[in-house]
Amino acid sequence: MIPPGLQANPSLDRWVGFPAPGVVRIAFGKVEYGQGALTALAQIAAEELDVAMPQVEVANAATGAVPDEGMTVGSMSVEVSGASVRAACAEVRALFVAEACRRLDCAPGQIDIRDGAFRLDGAPSGETYWTLSPAIDLAQPPSGTARWKSQDQHRLVGTSAPRLDLPAKMFGGGFIQDVVLPGMRHARVLRQPGPTARLAFLDEAAAWKAAGDADLDILTEGSFVAFISSSEAAAARAHAAAEPTTRWDTPRDLPPQVTEAASLKDMASTELEEGAPVGGPSNRRRLQAAYSRPYIAHASMSPSCGIAWFEEGRLRVWTHAQGVYPPRLQIARITGLPPEAIEMEHAQGAGCYGHNGAEDAAYDAAFIASRRPGAPIRVQWRREDEFGHSPVGTAMRVEMTAELDAAGRLADWTTEIWTNLHVNRGRTLIEPALPQGPPDLPPPNQATAFGGRLNAAPSYDIPAVRVKEHLVINSPVRTSSLRGLGGPVNTYAGECFLDELAQAAGKDPLAFRLEMLSEPRARAVVERIGAVCGWDRRGPGGEGRGLGLAYDRHRDRGAFVAVAARVSVDEEVRLEHLWCVADAGLIINPDGAKNQIEGGMIMAASWALKEQVRLEGAGVASVTWEDYPILRFDEVPSVEVELIVPPGAPPLGIGEISLGPCLAAIGNAVAHALGARLRDLPYTRDRIARALLAD
Amino acid sequence: MDLMINGQTRRVTAEPTDNLLDVLRNELGLTGPRFGCGTGQCGACSVLVDGQDVAACQLEVGNLEGKSIVTVEGLGTPDAPHLLQTAFLELQAGQCGFCLSGILVGAKGLLDRNPNPTRQEVAQALAWHLCRCGAHNRVMDAVLLAASRMNAEPVR
Ligand code: FES
Ligand code: FES
Repeated sequence: MIPPGLQANPSLDRWVGFPAPGVVRIAFGKVEYGQGALTALAQIAAEELDVAMPQVEVANAATGAVPDEGMTVGSMSVEVSGASVRAACAEVRALFVAEACRRLDCAPGQIDIRDGAFRLDGAPSGETYWTLSPAIDLAQPPSGTARWKSQDQHRLVGTSAPRLDLPAKMFGGGFIQDVVLPGMRHARVLRQPGPTARLAFLDEAAAWKAAGDADLDILTEGSFVAFISSSEAAAARAHAAAEPTTRWDTPRDLPPQVTEAASLKDMASTELEEGAPVGGPSNRRRLQAAYSRPYIAHASMSPSCGIAWFEEGRLRVWTHAQGVYPPRLQIARITGLPPEAIEMEHAQGAGCYGHNGAEDAAYDAAFIASRRPGAPIRVQWRREDEFGHSPVGTAMRVEMTAELDAAGRLADWTTEIWTNLHVNRGRTLIEPALPQGPPDLPPPNQATAFGGRLNAAPSYDIPAVRVKEHLVINSPVRTSSLRGLGGPVNTYAGECFLDELAQAAGKDPLAFRLEMLSEPRARAVVERIGAVCGWDRRGPGGEGRGLGLAYDRHRDRGAFVAVAARVSVDEEVRLEHLWCVADAGLIINPDGAKNQIEGGMIMAASWALKEQVRLEGAGVASVTWEDYPILRFDEVPSVEVELIVPPGAPPLGIGEISLGPCLAAIGNAVAHALGARLRDLPYTRDRIARALLAD
Repeated sequence: MDLMINGQTRRVTAEPTDNLLDVLRNELGLTGPRFGCGTGQCGACSVLVDGQDVAACQLEVGNLEGKSIVTVEGLGTPDAPHLLQTAFLELQAGQCGFCLSGILVGAKGLLDRNPNPTRQEVAQALAWHLCRCGAHNRVMDAVLLAASRMNAEPVR
């Protein structure tokens, strides 16, 4: 079977090339943002082609240069793009083997390849990919018959190849912010206080005064304002000086209570439903609980940056967005240029964890460049822009009802979710400021609204499960994809509630879970997490130290993941240790996978204890690291990760699998430590005190 | 004005009130110190000034004449990496890596004054450096690995 990505980009030369002796060029449509995608995909290619890792050169993602594989999202790079890369490389290998057989007058079975050199019956044949390459035209579609290696033939896949992109970053380079172009000019954008705000008075005088001797160019169109200078500092000064005295009509004015997830219940929503019909009356024991996560910032370490250069009718854009093709369409819409006139090139940014400000910074730069042809324009957002104007991960409220039968088994389950959009790439930051305004986008529906219901049905054998989502499309601020979408929140809620149910049924939480798990891979991770965390020595709890665990099947059909947390709690929660046991099928790069899982656990721990976006007035009111603290070096727990790799299992996504189970394991550990349950994230001092009082 | 950067005297045209981070990046082309917040809250821009791990975004160059300034570029190069850089690469201590310039500089400052820190001392010294990717544990392991090697061989 030809994987869909290869079917959509069917010319083999889009994926593989041999540009110079000893060099294999691999191209794919996924990009690196710290998750190790580049390295894992290079390993897959090197494996199938039988070349060495240093021989592989990964093409930088650029329109025209790499196949269009959409955005790099949902930790699907290895699962989806990897399948295409593997198939394309197997096809290429087969073509080269056939040509070698012609030249050497032998059968394919007599050929093996090492480091790109073809061997005939185990001895050097003199042929290599590079001697054969002139005779083979790779501008051809895949045959669909090439066979890739089976797992027992792997020698590179399954090994921890070091990351290809990391060395540059160790010596002070590697990022889009470091790109310098000839004659580059720096721009800062004055942001609207909300999408409805209209520019009433721009304090140009203040900007000119602040810029001093430096050249300054102020671009105004509609309510969009940019300060442009050859000096970055001057552009920044002009921006800072004009901002406080510029006046806006009809700014957004949010009441502070929209900060809380519970406020979603008061907003107009679209109802989406799936699962079993509502059950009839029963005499089973019925329990209910409500959990929530507040709005969460992506909080990338680098405020976003975009660079664009419009010359002779062609617009070139450098971006750290999660892909190069989809943003090109928005840029066409924003600038009025045809997509063919726009070239996009990826340059790396800091970790984004979803849809942060990257795309919007590119849109800023592209729009400014389109209005100021000739010089490259670099837009650097400030920290307060990144916190204040990039999309945030939506708050969610999750209410659950469950019924236990006479034997204390879970018989019926309902999840009801209130959420804003999780996937929301269409609404740009810039368009509401421009004269043409935002585009008319079709409202999301059951088929297109994605993310809110992930893992809303617990990953267990439960006779009847139904899920209802109240999707609030008109959100107080723009929300879009954040690592894991709704999955981590639903798992958090469901797995904590499951502990409450176990308690109600008088059962041990681990045993209660195993009772409802028939899938052997699921049982394996749950049993193993119990063993590694010392579950049998857990004790009754309630005395300030706690051990909790949680499990889910990531996105309902992906990796099997269990996490345990050891905490101590007095006035606040201290995380002592986290364990994760995961089965994500075939692992391309074990150390890379562990790095992602570890990082996901620390991020989840940070959400659990610290993070909450504050909304008020014009929008996001928490715009500094002081307002939005994250977990620090002296607060992070130690972590341990164990991977289970069943023979023959295909690879499953790994990048965001640990967050949900980790949130829930912490929740359960805290409840165990306190003998009282906290349900709303984050677990602040206040909430701990209140939970103890209520108990 | 002259600044002492990574052991070399560099002449800059900047005004005394200009910001060190801006001068390093835009005038001297040293991209190691990174812009993360501009308010001294994240550590992405950090440099050593006379051995102290400080936020370049909070310093005016006028106050720095005669002081020794070290950026991550002053630690080592790909051909001659600092033991810290070697250890970070060996343990793959980092994900996106945006925080690493500042962290490496902070770790060097720590090891220069305390060649044999405990894990807790490493955590405390780096506490003001933020890392959103959650690479903290590997970073601390790498700093301790570098320290153990420094103590085993003469410091370069
Ligand atoms: S950029 Fe200087 S501390 Fe954040
Ligand atoms: S590795 Fe990404 S912020 Fe530290």
